[in-house]
Amino acid sequence: MKRSYAGWIFVAPALIAMAVFFVVPVATALAMSFTDFDIYALADLANLRFVGFDNYGRLLHTPLFWQALLNTLYFVVLGVPLSIVASLGAALLLHSPLARLKAFYRTALFAPVVTTLVAVAIVWRYLLHPRYGWLNYMLAAFGIDPIDWLGDPHWAMPAIILLSVWKNFGYNMIILLAALQAVPTELYEAARIDGASAWRQLRDITLPALAPVLLLVSVLTMAGHFQLFAEPYVMTQGGPAQRTLTVLYFMYEEGFKWWSLGSASAVAFVLFAIMFTVTLLQLRVARYTEAR
Amino acid sequence: MKLRSVAVNVALATLAALTLFPLAWMVAASLMAPGETNVFPPPLLPHSATLANYRELFATAGIGRQIANSALIAACATVLSLVFNLGAGYAFAKLHFAGRDATFRTLLGALVIPGQVAMMPLFLMLKQLGLVNTYAGALVPWLASVFGIFLVRQYALSIPEELLEAARIDGAGELRIFTTIVLPLLTPIVVTLAVLTFLGAWNDFMWPLIVLTDRELQTLPVALAGLSREHVQDTELMMAGSVVTVLPVLALFLVLQRYYMQGLLMGSVKG
Repeated sequence: MKRSYAGWIFVAPALIAMAVFFVVPVATALAMSFTDFDIYALADLANLRFVGFDNYGRLLHTPLFWQALLNTLYFVVLGVPLSIVASLGAALLLHSPLARLKAFYRTALFAPVVTTLVAVAIVWRYLLHPRYGWLNYMLAAFGIDPIDWLGDPHWAMPAIILLSVWKNFGYNMIILLAALQAVPTELYEAARIDGASAWRQLRDITLPALAPVLLLVSVLTMAGHFQLFAEPYVMTQGGPAQRTLTVLYFMYEEGFKWWSLGSASAVAFVLFAIMFTVTLLQLRVARYTEAR
Repeated sequence: MKLRSVAVNVALATLAALTLFPLAWMVAASLMAPGETNVFPPPLLPHSATLANYRELFATAGIGRQIANSALIAACATVLSLVFNLGAGYAFAKLHFAGRDATFRTLLGALVIPGQVAMMPLFLMLKQLGLVNTYAGALVPWLASVFGIFLVRQYALSIPEELLEAARIDGAGELRIFTTIVLPLLTPIVVTLAVLTFLGAWNDFMWPLIVLTDRELQTLPVALAGLSREHVQDTELMMAGSVVTVLPVLALFLVLQRYYMQGLLMGSVKG
Protein backbone atom coordinates (compact mmCIF):
# COMPACT_ATOMS: atom_id res chain seq x y z
CA MET A 1 0.00 0.00 0.00
CA LYS A 2 2.76 2.41 0.98
CA ARG A 3 4.86 1.48 -2.04
CA SER A 4 1.90 1.94 -4.34
CA TYR A 5 1.66 5.49 -3.04
CA ALA A 6 5.41 6.03 -3.56
CA GLY A 7 5.27 4.93 -7.20
CA TRP A 8 2.65 7.52 -8.06
CA ILE A 9 4.65 10.25 -6.34
CA PHE A 10 7.69 9.38 -8.48
CA VAL A 11 5.77 9.54 -11.75
CA ALA A 12 3.47 12.43 -10.82
CA PRO A 13 5.74 15.36 -11.81
CA ALA A 14 6.36 13.91 -15.28
CA LEU A 15 2.71 12.97 -15.82
CA ILE A 16 1.47 16.38 -14.68
CA ALA A 17 3.97 18.18 -16.93
CA MET A 18 2.92 16.07 -19.91
CA ALA A 19 -0.77 16.54 -19.14
CA VAL A 20 -0.47 20.33 -18.88
CA PHE A 21 1.94 20.95 -21.74
CA PHE A 22 0.97 18.19 -24.16
CA VAL A 23 -2.34 16.41 -23.54
CA VAL A 24 -4.33 19.57 -22.81
CA PRO A 25 -2.82 21.44 -25.82
CA VAL A 26 -3.51 18.49 -28.15
CA ALA A 27 -7.14 18.30 -26.98
CA THR A 28 -7.43 22.08 -27.28
CA ALA A 29 -5.97 21.96 -30.77
CA LEU A 30 -8.67 19.50 -31.79
CA ALA A 31 -11.35 21.83 -30.37
CA MET A 32 -9.67 24.86 -31.98
CA SER A 33 -9.70 23.19 -35.38
CA PHE A 34 -13.52 23.45 -35.27
CA THR A 35 -13.42 27.21 -34.58
CA ASP A 36 -12.49 30.29 -36.60
CA PHE A 37 -9.73 31.22 -34.13
CA ASP A 38 -7.92 34.12 -35.84
CA ILE A 39 -6.19 37.39 -35.05
CA TYR A 40 -9.49 38.89 -33.79
CA ALA A 41 -10.01 36.02 -31.38
CA LEU A 42 -6.41 36.46 -30.32
CA ALA A 43 -7.29 40.01 -29.24
CA ASP A 44 -10.65 39.13 -27.69
CA LEU A 45 -12.01 35.61 -27.18
CA ALA A 46 -15.56 36.94 -27.61
CA ASN A 47 -14.86 36.94 -31.36
CA LEU A 48 -14.43 33.15 -31.37
CA ARG A 49 -17.06 31.15 -33.25
CA PHE A 50 -17.71 27.45 -33.68
CA VAL A 51 -17.58 26.61 -37.38
CA GLY A 52 -17.81 22.80 -37.43
CA PHE A 53 -15.78 21.23 -40.22
CA ASP A 54 -15.39 24.50 -42.16
CA ASN A 55 -11.61 24.67 -41.63
CA TYR A 56 -11.18 21.16 -42.98
CA GLY A 57 -13.55 21.79 -45.85
CA ARG A 58 -11.78 25.00 -46.82
CA LEU A 59 -8.39 23.25 -46.80
CA LEU A 60 -9.70 20.83 -49.42
CA HIS A 61 -10.48 23.82 -51.61
CA THR A 62 -7.14 25.55 -51.04
CA PRO A 63 -4.79 24.78 -53.95
CA LEU A 64 -1.76 25.86 -51.89
CA PHE A 65 -2.56 23.23 -49.24
CA TRP A 66 -2.75 20.53 -51.92
CA GLN A 67 0.55 21.78 -53.31
CA ALA A 68 2.08 21.53 -49.81
CA LEU A 69 0.68 18.02 -49.39
CA LEU A 70 2.00 16.96 -52.76
CA ASN A 71 5.46 18.41 -52.03
CA THR A 72 5.57 16.62 -48.69
CA LEU A 73 4.56 13.30 -50.26
CA TYR A 74 7.23 13.79 -52.95
CA PHE A 75 9.82 14.33 -50.23
CA VAL A 76 8.64 11.24 -48.32
CA VAL A 77 8.26 8.89 -51.29
CA LEU A 78 11.66 9.72 -52.76
CA GLY A 79 13.57 10.68 -49.62
CA VAL A 80 12.75 7.77 -47.31
CA PRO A 81 13.86 4.92 -49.64
CA LEU A 82 16.99 6.85 -50.70
CA SER A 83 17.87 7.53 -47.10
CA ILE A 84 17.41 3.90 -46.05
CA VAL A 85 19.36 2.56 -49.03
CA ALA A 86 22.23 4.93 -48.18
CA SER A 87 22.10 3.82 -44.52
CA LEU A 88 22.06 0.15 -45.49
CA GLY A 89 24.93 0.56 -47.95
CA ALA A 90 27.07 2.36 -45.39
CA ALA A 91 26.20 -0.19 -42.69
CA LEU A 92 27.13 -3.11 -44.98
CA LEU A 93 30.47 -1.48 -45.81
CA LEU A 94 31.21 -0.83 -42.14
CA HIS A 95 30.20 -4.36 -41.22
CA SER A 96 32.47 -5.94 -43.82
CA PRO A 97 35.33 -7.91 -42.19
CA LEU A 98 37.59 -6.39 -44.85
CA ALA A 99 36.98 -2.81 -43.66
CA ARG A 100 39.72 -1.04 -41.71
CA LEU A 101 39.57 1.99 -39.40
CA LYS A 102 35.96 1.10 -38.59
CA ALA A 103 35.66 3.32 -35.51
CA PHE A 104 36.89 6.35 -37.46
CA TYR A 105 34.57 5.77 -40.41
CA ARG A 106 31.62 5.14 -38.12
CA THR A 107 32.13 8.49 -36.39
CA ALA A 108 32.83 10.33 -39.66
CA LEU A 109 29.70 9.01 -41.35
CA PHE A 110 27.59 9.73 -38.27
CA ALA A 111 28.86 13.31 -37.75
CA PRO A 112 26.18 15.08 -39.87
CA VAL A 113 23.44 13.63 -37.62
CA VAL A 114 24.56 15.64 -34.59
CA THR A 115 25.11 18.88 -36.49
CA THR A 116 22.60 21.74 -36.27
CA LEU A 117 20.13 21.46 -39.13
CA VAL A 118 19.79 25.21 -39.67
CA ALA A 119 23.58 25.67 -39.85
CA VAL A 120 24.22 22.85 -42.31
CA ALA A 121 21.24 23.90 -44.43
CA ILE A 122 22.95 27.27 -44.81
CA VAL A 123 26.22 25.51 -45.72
CA TRP A 124 24.42 23.47 -48.35
CA ARG A 125 22.76 26.56 -49.76
CA TYR A 126 26.22 27.74 -50.78
CA LEU A 127 27.40 24.28 -51.90
CA LEU A 128 24.36 24.26 -54.20
CA HIS A 129 25.09 27.72 -55.63
CA PRO A 130 24.61 27.52 -59.42
CA ARG A 131 27.86 29.37 -60.26
CA TYR A 132 30.23 29.08 -57.30
CA GLY A 133 28.88 25.94 -55.65
CA TRP A 134 30.96 22.82 -55.22
CA LEU A 135 28.23 20.42 -56.30
CA ASN A 136 27.97 21.86 -59.82
CA TYR A 137 31.76 22.05 -59.97
CA MET A 138 32.04 18.33 -59.16
CA LEU A 139 29.24 17.44 -61.57
CA ALA A 140 31.04 19.37 -64.31
CA ALA A 141 33.83 16.82 -64.03
CA PHE A 142 31.28 14.26 -65.26
CA GLY A 143 30.22 16.57 -68.08
CA ILE A 144 26.97 17.64 -66.41
CA ASP A 145 25.83 21.21 -67.08
CA PRO A 146 25.31 23.56 -64.10
CA ILE A 147 21.96 23.11 -62.37
CA ASP A 148 20.19 25.96 -60.60
CA TRP A 149 19.42 23.68 -57.65
CA LEU A 150 17.44 26.00 -55.42
CA GLY A 151 16.16 28.31 -58.15
CA ASP A 152 14.63 25.75 -60.50
CA PRO A 153 11.19 24.46 -59.40
CA HIS A 154 12.08 20.97 -60.63
CA TRP A 155 15.38 20.75 -58.76
CA ALA A 156 14.64 22.48 -55.45
CA MET A 157 13.01 19.47 -53.76
CA PRO A 158 15.63 16.98 -55.04
CA ALA A 159 18.28 19.34 -53.61
CA ILE A 160 16.56 19.28 -50.23
CA ILE A 161 16.36 15.48 -50.43
CA LEU A 162 20.11 15.41 -51.08
CA LEU A 163 20.77 17.49 -47.96
CA SER A 164 18.36 15.36 -45.96
CA VAL A 165 20.01 12.07 -47.00
CA TRP A 166 23.45 13.50 -46.17
CA LYS A 167 22.23 14.76 -42.80
CA ASN A 168 20.30 11.66 -41.69
CA PHE A 169 21.71 8.46 -43.19
CA GLY A 170 24.16 8.01 -40.30
CA TYR A 171 21.32 7.56 -37.82
CA ASN A 172 19.78 4.50 -39.46
CA MET A 173 23.26 3.28 -40.37
CA ILE A 174 24.07 2.83 -36.67
CA ILE A 175 20.80 0.97 -36.03
CA LEU A 176 21.26 -1.29 -39.07
CA LEU A 177 24.91 -1.90 -38.15
CA ALA A 178 23.84 -3.13 -34.71
CA ALA A 179 21.27 -5.40 -36.35
CA LEU A 180 23.89 -6.76 -38.78
CA GLN A 181 26.19 -7.59 -35.89
CA ALA A 182 23.37 -9.63 -34.35
CA VAL A 183 22.97 -11.94 -37.38
CA PRO A 184 24.51 -15.34 -36.46
CA THR A 185 27.79 -15.83 -38.35
CA GLU A 186 27.11 -19.57 -38.73
CA LEU A 187 24.48 -18.71 -41.32
CA TYR A 188 27.11 -17.08 -43.53
CA GLU A 189 29.60 -19.90 -42.97
CA ALA A 190 27.02 -22.47 -44.03
CA ALA A 191 26.18 -20.37 -47.10
CA ARG A 192 29.86 -20.07 -48.06
CA ILE A 193 30.30 -23.85 -47.79
CA ASP A 194 27.32 -24.19 -50.11
CA GLY A 195 29.10 -21.79 -52.49
CA ALA A 196 26.52 -18.99 -52.28
CA SER A 197 27.65 -15.70 -53.86
CA ALA A 198 27.89 -12.45 -51.86
CA TRP A 199 24.72 -11.22 -53.57
CA ARG A 200 22.81 -14.43 -52.67
CA GLN A 201 24.00 -14.13 -49.07
CA LEU A 202 22.73 -10.55 -48.93
CA ARG A 203 19.37 -11.48 -50.44
CA ASP A 204 18.74 -14.76 -48.63
CA ILE A 205 20.36 -14.22 -45.23
CA THR A 206 21.09 -10.56 -44.49
CA LEU A 207 17.93 -8.85 -45.73
CA PRO A 208 15.47 -11.37 -44.20
CA ALA A 209 17.35 -11.12 -40.89
CA LEU A 210 17.15 -7.33 -41.05
CA ALA A 211 13.46 -7.23 -42.03
CA PRO A 212 12.05 -6.32 -38.59
CA VAL A 213 14.65 -3.58 -38.07
CA LEU A 214 14.14 -2.27 -41.61
CA LEU A 215 10.43 -1.98 -40.88
CA LEU A 216 11.08 -0.08 -37.66
CA VAL A 217 13.58 2.18 -39.36
CA SER A 218 11.24 2.94 -42.23
CA VAL A 219 8.35 3.76 -39.87
CA LEU A 220 10.52 6.17 -37.87
CA THR A 221 12.17 7.71 -40.94
CA MET A 222 8.83 8.25 -42.62
CA ALA A 223 7.42 9.99 -39.53
CA GLY A 224 10.45 12.28 -39.50
CA HIS A 225 10.17 13.06 -43.21
CA PHE A 226 6.53 14.09 -42.91
CA GLN A 227 7.71 16.84 -40.54
CA LEU A 228 9.95 18.63 -43.03
CA PHE A 229 10.18 22.31 -42.12
CA ALA A 230 13.58 23.83 -41.28
CA GLU A 231 15.30 22.92 -44.58
CA PRO A 232 12.85 24.77 -46.85
CA TYR A 233 12.50 27.57 -44.29
CA VAL A 234 16.23 28.25 -44.48
CA MET A 235 17.08 27.27 -48.05
CA THR A 236 14.12 28.22 -50.24
CA GLN A 237 11.43 29.82 -48.06
CA GLY A 238 9.00 27.40 -49.67
CA GLY A 239 9.88 28.45 -53.22
CA PRO A 240 10.57 28.49 -56.09
CA ALA A 241 6.95 28.49 -57.29
CA GLN A 242 5.96 27.00 -53.91
CA ARG A 243 7.59 23.70 -54.86
CA THR A 244 9.22 23.22 -51.46
CA LEU A 245 6.34 24.44 -49.32
CA THR A 246 5.52 21.54 -46.97
CA VAL A 247 2.47 20.80 -44.84
CA LEU A 248 4.27 21.87 -41.69
CA TYR A 249 5.54 25.04 -43.37
CA PHE A 250 1.95 25.76 -44.47
CA MET A 251 0.79 25.20 -40.87
CA TYR A 252 3.50 27.55 -39.57
CA GLU A 253 2.45 30.31 -41.96
CA GLU A 254 -1.27 29.84 -41.28
CA GLY A 255 -0.72 29.86 -37.54
CA PHE A 256 2.17 32.15 -36.81
CA LYS A 257 2.31 34.46 -39.82
CA TRP A 258 -1.41 34.99 -40.49
CA TRP A 259 -2.52 34.04 -36.96
CA SER A 260 -5.28 31.74 -38.26
CA LEU A 261 -4.73 29.36 -35.37
CA GLY A 262 -8.00 27.47 -35.95
CA SER A 263 -7.09 26.70 -39.52
CA ALA A 264 -3.49 25.85 -38.54
CA SER A 265 -4.81 23.34 -35.98
CA ALA A 266 -6.87 21.70 -38.69
CA VAL A 267 -3.73 21.42 -40.85
CA ALA A 268 -1.90 19.80 -37.92
CA PHE A 269 -4.63 17.20 -37.50
CA VAL A 270 -4.75 16.42 -41.21
CA LEU A 271 -0.98 15.81 -41.09
CA PHE A 272 -1.39 13.64 -38.00
CA ALA A 273 -4.16 11.62 -39.70
CA ILE A 274 -2.03 11.06 -42.81
CA MET A 275 1.01 10.00 -40.79
CA PHE A 276 -1.11 7.65 -38.70
CA THR A 277 -2.71 6.05 -41.77
CA VAL A 278 0.61 5.59 -43.56
CA THR A 279 2.17 3.98 -40.48
CA LEU A 280 -0.76 1.56 -40.11
CA LEU A 281 -0.49 0.75 -43.81
CA GLN A 282 3.22 0.02 -43.44
CA LEU A 283 2.62 -2.32 -40.52
CA ARG A 284 -0.23 -4.03 -42.40
CA VAL A 285 1.92 -4.58 -45.49
CA ALA A 286 4.77 -5.87 -43.33
CA ARG A 287 2.49 -8.37 -41.60
CA TYR A 288 1.11 -9.48 -44.97
CA THR A 289 4.52 -10.09 -46.52
CA GLU A 290 5.67 -11.84 -43.36
CA ALA A 291 2.71 -14.21 -43.48
CA ARG A 292 3.47 -15.23 -47.05
CA MET B 1 40.16 -11.39 -52.18
CA LYS B 2 42.78 -8.64 -52.15
CA LEU B 3 40.77 -6.74 -54.75
CA ARG B 4 37.57 -6.92 -52.67
CA SER B 5 39.42 -5.57 -49.65
CA VAL B 6 40.69 -2.61 -51.65
CA ALA B 7 37.21 -1.98 -53.07
CA VAL B 8 35.56 -1.95 -49.63
CA ASN B 9 38.14 0.41 -48.15
CA VAL B 10 38.16 2.76 -51.11
CA ALA B 11 34.36 2.90 -51.01
CA LEU B 12 34.43 3.73 -47.30
CA ALA B 13 37.10 6.38 -47.73
CA THR B 14 35.17 8.00 -50.59
CA LEU B 15 31.92 7.96 -48.63
CA ALA B 16 33.61 9.46 -45.57
CA ALA B 17 35.29 12.16 -47.69
CA LEU B 18 31.97 13.11 -49.31
CA THR B 19 30.25 13.13 -45.91
CA LEU B 20 32.87 15.29 -44.22
CA PHE B 21 33.38 17.62 -47.18
CA PRO B 22 30.52 20.06 -46.40
CA LEU B 23 31.74 20.40 -42.80
CA ALA B 24 35.37 20.86 -43.84
CA TRP B 25 34.42 23.42 -46.47
CA MET B 26 32.32 25.25 -43.88
CA VAL B 27 35.40 25.68 -41.70
CA ALA B 28 37.66 26.62 -44.63
CA ALA B 29 35.22 29.18 -46.05
CA SER B 30 34.72 30.75 -42.61
CA LEU B 31 38.44 31.63 -42.65
CA MET B 32 38.37 33.23 -46.10
CA ALA B 33 38.34 36.96 -46.80
CA PRO B 34 34.90 38.41 -47.64
CA GLY B 35 34.01 37.59 -51.25
CA GLU B 36 36.75 35.00 -51.64
CA THR B 37 34.28 32.14 -52.20
CA ASN B 38 32.61 33.93 -55.12
CA VAL B 39 35.00 32.81 -57.82
CA PHE B 40 35.09 29.95 -60.24
CA PRO B 41 36.43 27.35 -59.72
CA PRO B 42 35.42 27.45 -56.02
CA PRO B 43 38.47 27.64 -53.74
CA LEU B 44 39.11 24.82 -51.30
CA LEU B 45 41.39 26.59 -48.84
CA PRO B 46 41.66 30.26 -47.82
CA HIS B 47 44.33 32.25 -49.66
CA SER B 48 45.49 33.58 -46.29
CA ALA B 49 43.39 32.51 -43.32
CA THR B 50 41.66 35.33 -41.44
CA LEU B 51 39.44 35.56 -38.39
CA ALA B 52 37.76 38.71 -39.76
CA ASN B 53 34.40 36.94 -40.21
CA TYR B 54 34.38 35.78 -36.59
CA ARG B 55 35.26 39.28 -35.44
CA GLU B 56 32.39 40.75 -37.43
CA LEU B 57 30.05 38.04 -36.17
CA PHE B 58 30.75 38.90 -32.55
CA ALA B 59 31.27 42.65 -32.87
CA THR B 60 28.62 43.67 -35.41
CA ALA B 61 26.06 40.85 -35.32
CA GLY B 62 26.50 40.31 -31.55
CA ILE B 63 26.35 36.53 -31.82
CA GLY B 64 27.86 36.18 -28.33
CA ARG B 65 24.46 36.91 -26.86
CA GLN B 66 22.83 34.09 -28.87
CA ILE B 67 25.58 31.64 -27.94
CA ALA B 68 24.85 32.39 -24.29
CA ASN B 69 21.10 31.97 -24.90
CA SER B 70 21.60 28.61 -26.60
CA ALA B 71 23.96 27.37 -23.91
CA LEU B 72 21.62 28.48 -21.12
CA ILE B 73 18.49 27.01 -22.70
CA ALA B 74 20.20 23.71 -23.57
CA ALA B 75 21.69 23.42 -20.07
CA CYS B 76 18.37 24.18 -18.35
CA ALA B 77 16.53 21.78 -20.67
CA THR B 78 19.03 19.08 -19.70
CA VAL B 79 18.61 19.62 -15.97
CA LEU B 80 14.81 19.79 -16.23
CA SER B 81 14.65 16.66 -18.34
CA LEU B 82 16.74 14.76 -15.77
CA VAL B 83 14.63 16.02 -12.86
CA PHE B 84 11.36 15.01 -14.50
CA ASN B 85 12.34 11.79 -16.28
CA LEU B 86 14.71 9.97 -13.92
CA GLY B 87 12.26 9.36 -11.09
CA ALA B 88 9.44 8.47 -13.45
CA GLY B 89 11.56 6.08 -15.50
CA TYR B 90 12.76 4.33 -12.36
CA ALA B 91 9.25 4.05 -10.93
CA PHE B 92 7.87 2.55 -14.15
CA ALA B 93 10.62 -0.07 -14.02
CA LYS B 94 10.90 -0.97 -10.37
CA LEU B 95 8.06 0.32 -8.18
CA HIS B 96 4.74 -1.47 -8.10
CA PHE B 97 1.64 0.66 -8.17
CA ALA B 98 -1.91 0.30 -9.39
CA GLY B 99 -2.29 1.20 -13.07
CA ARG B 100 1.46 1.29 -13.73
CA ASP B 101 1.58 -0.82 -16.87
CA ALA B 102 -1.58 0.69 -18.36
CA THR B 103 -0.18 4.18 -17.78
CA PHE B 104 3.13 3.28 -19.39
CA ARG B 105 1.38 1.76 -22.42
CA THR B 106 -0.69 4.94 -22.77
CA LEU B 107 2.50 7.03 -22.74
CA LEU B 108 4.05 4.91 -25.49
CA GLY B 109 0.83 5.23 -27.49
CA ALA B 110 1.05 9.02 -27.24
CA LEU B 111 4.30 8.85 -29.27
CA VAL B 112 2.26 8.65 -32.48
CA ILE B 113 1.04 12.23 -32.00
CA PRO B 114 3.46 14.66 -33.67
CA GLY B 115 4.50 17.41 -31.28
CA GLN B 116 3.54 20.18 -33.71
CA VAL B 117 -0.15 19.44 -33.07
CA ALA B 118 0.24 20.97 -29.61
CA MET B 119 2.08 24.10 -30.76
CA MET B 120 -0.85 26.45 -31.45
CA PRO B 121 -2.62 25.99 -28.07
CA LEU B 122 0.73 25.86 -26.27
CA PHE B 123 1.59 29.25 -27.71
CA LEU B 124 -1.76 30.68 -26.56
CA MET B 125 -1.29 29.15 -23.12
CA LEU B 126 2.16 30.71 -22.76
CA LYS B 127 0.80 34.03 -24.03
CA GLN B 128 -1.80 33.97 -21.25
CA LEU B 129 0.93 33.23 -18.71
CA GLY B 130 3.15 36.00 -20.12
CA LEU B 131 5.82 33.46 -21.08
CA VAL B 132 6.08 34.21 -24.79
CA ASN B 133 9.52 35.69 -25.46
CA THR B 134 11.03 34.25 -22.29
CA TYR B 135 13.53 31.46 -21.66
CA ALA B 136 10.83 29.63 -19.70
CA GLY B 137 8.63 29.57 -22.79
CA ALA B 138 11.38 27.94 -24.81
CA LEU B 139 11.96 25.34 -22.07
CA VAL B 140 8.38 24.14 -21.62
CA PRO B 141 8.53 21.31 -24.20
CA TRP B 142 11.67 19.87 -22.54
CA LEU B 143 10.21 19.14 -19.10
CA ALA B 144 9.15 15.51 -19.37
CA SER B 145 9.32 13.27 -22.41
CA VAL B 146 8.04 9.80 -23.20
CA PHE B 147 11.37 9.03 -24.84
CA GLY B 148 13.32 10.07 -21.73
CA ILE B 149 11.11 8.05 -19.41
CA PHE B 150 11.35 5.04 -21.73
CA LEU B 151 15.14 5.30 -21.90
CA VAL B 152 15.54 5.42 -18.11
CA ARG B 153 12.99 2.65 -17.58
CA GLN B 154 14.76 0.25 -19.97
CA TYR B 155 18.02 0.84 -18.16
CA ALA B 156 16.53 0.66 -14.66
CA LEU B 157 14.95 -2.74 -15.39
CA SER B 158 18.43 -4.25 -14.93
CA ILE B 159 18.73 -3.08 -11.30
CA PRO B 160 18.61 -6.21 -9.10
CA GLU B 161 15.40 -6.43 -7.06
CA GLU B 162 17.29 -7.87 -4.05
CA LEU B 163 19.29 -4.68 -3.69
CA LEU B 164 16.12 -2.61 -3.27
CA GLU B 165 14.45 -5.21 -1.00
CA ALA B 166 17.50 -5.32 1.29
CA ALA B 167 17.36 -1.55 1.68
CA ARG B 168 13.64 -1.68 2.43
CA ILE B 169 14.18 -4.31 5.13
CA ASP B 170 16.79 -2.00 6.63
CA GLY B 171 13.99 0.54 6.89
CA ALA B 172 15.07 2.94 4.13
CA GLY B 173 12.31 5.07 2.58
CA GLU B 174 11.68 5.00 -1.16
CA LEU B 175 13.19 8.45 -1.70
CA ARG B 176 16.33 7.47 0.23
CA ILE B 177 16.63 4.29 -1.82
CA PHE B 178 16.30 6.31 -5.02
CA THR B 179 18.91 8.91 -4.15
CA THR B 180 21.50 6.68 -2.44
CA ILE B 181 21.19 3.34 -4.27
CA VAL B 182 19.39 3.83 -7.58
CA LEU B 183 20.85 7.12 -8.85
CA PRO B 184 24.50 5.98 -8.66
CA LEU B 185 23.55 2.85 -10.60
CA LEU B 186 21.80 4.97 -13.22
CA THR B 187 24.87 7.16 -13.93
CA PRO B 188 25.49 5.88 -17.49
CA ILE B 189 21.89 6.50 -18.56
CA VAL B 190 21.94 9.89 -16.83
CA VAL B 191 24.86 10.88 -19.06
CA THR B 192 23.09 9.45 -22.10
CA LEU B 193 19.85 11.31 -21.42
CA ALA B 194 21.78 14.49 -20.62
CA VAL B 195 23.78 14.49 -23.86
CA LEU B 196 20.74 13.61 -26.00
CA THR B 197 18.69 16.39 -24.40
CA PHE B 198 21.46 18.97 -24.62
CA LEU B 199 22.04 18.29 -28.32
CA GLY B 200 18.30 18.16 -29.00
CA ALA B 201 17.66 21.49 -27.29
CA TRP B 202 20.69 23.16 -28.89
CA ASN B 203 19.68 22.05 -32.39
CA ASP B 204 15.92 22.62 -31.99
CA PHE B 205 14.44 25.12 -34.41
CA MET B 206 10.68 25.30 -34.87
CA TRP B 207 9.52 25.92 -31.31
CA PRO B 208 12.21 28.53 -30.46
CA LEU B 209 11.40 30.20 -33.79
CA ILE B 210 7.77 30.53 -32.72
CA VAL B 211 8.21 31.46 -29.09
CA LEU B 212 11.34 33.66 -29.18
CA THR B 213 10.76 36.67 -31.44
CA ASP B 214 13.02 39.07 -29.58
CA ARG B 215 16.52 38.93 -31.04
CA GLU B 216 18.12 39.34 -27.62
CA LEU B 217 16.54 36.08 -26.48
CA GLN B 218 16.91 33.97 -29.61
CA THR B 219 18.90 30.77 -29.79
CA LEU B 220 21.70 30.29 -32.34
CA PRO B 221 19.68 28.37 -34.99
CA VAL B 222 16.87 30.97 -34.95
CA ALA B 223 19.29 33.91 -35.06
CA LEU B 224 21.32 32.22 -37.78
CA ALA B 225 18.23 31.64 -39.93
CA GLY B 226 17.37 35.33 -39.57
CA LEU B 227 20.94 36.43 -40.26
CA SER B 228 21.13 34.26 -43.38
CA ARG B 229 18.13 36.09 -44.85
CA GLU B 230 19.79 39.48 -44.29
CA HIS B 231 23.26 38.40 -45.40
CA VAL B 232 22.54 36.14 -48.39
CA GLN B 233 25.67 37.31 -50.22
CA ASP B 234 28.03 37.13 -47.23
CA THR B 235 29.01 33.50 -47.65
CA GLU B 236 32.11 33.68 -45.46
CA LEU B 237 30.31 35.43 -42.61
CA MET B 238 27.49 32.88 -42.69
CA MET B 239 30.01 30.03 -42.64
CA ALA B 240 31.58 31.50 -39.51
CA GLY B 241 28.10 31.60 -37.97
CA SER B 242 27.54 27.96 -38.92
CA VAL B 243 30.88 26.92 -37.41
CA VAL B 244 30.05 28.66 -34.15
CA THR B 245 26.69 26.85 -34.07
CA VAL B 246 27.86 23.37 -35.07
CA LEU B 247 31.23 23.13 -33.34
CA PRO B 248 30.07 23.01 -29.69
CA VAL B 249 27.63 20.15 -30.27
CA LEU B 250 30.02 18.26 -32.52
CA ALA B 251 32.73 18.50 -29.86
CA LEU B 252 30.33 17.39 -27.13
CA PHE B 253 29.29 14.44 -29.26
CA LEU B 254 32.88 13.39 -29.93
CA VAL B 255 33.65 13.40 -26.21
CA LEU B 256 30.50 11.55 -25.14
CA GLN B 257 29.98 9.45 -28.26
CA ARG B 258 29.67 6.14 -26.41
CA TYR B 259 26.75 7.41 -24.32
CA TYR B 260 25.05 9.03 -27.30
CA MET B 261 25.17 5.84 -29.36
CA GLN B 262 23.86 3.79 -26.46
CA GLY B 263 20.85 6.07 -26.19
CA LEU B 264 20.25 5.93 -29.93
CA LEU B 265 20.27 2.14 -29.95
CA MET B 266 18.16 1.75 -26.82
CA GLY B 267 15.63 4.23 -28.14
CA SER B 268 15.06 2.45 -31.41
CA VAL B 269 16.14 -1.19 -31.61
CA LYS B 270 14.81 -2.25 -28.25
CA GLY B 271 11.76 -0.06 -28.71
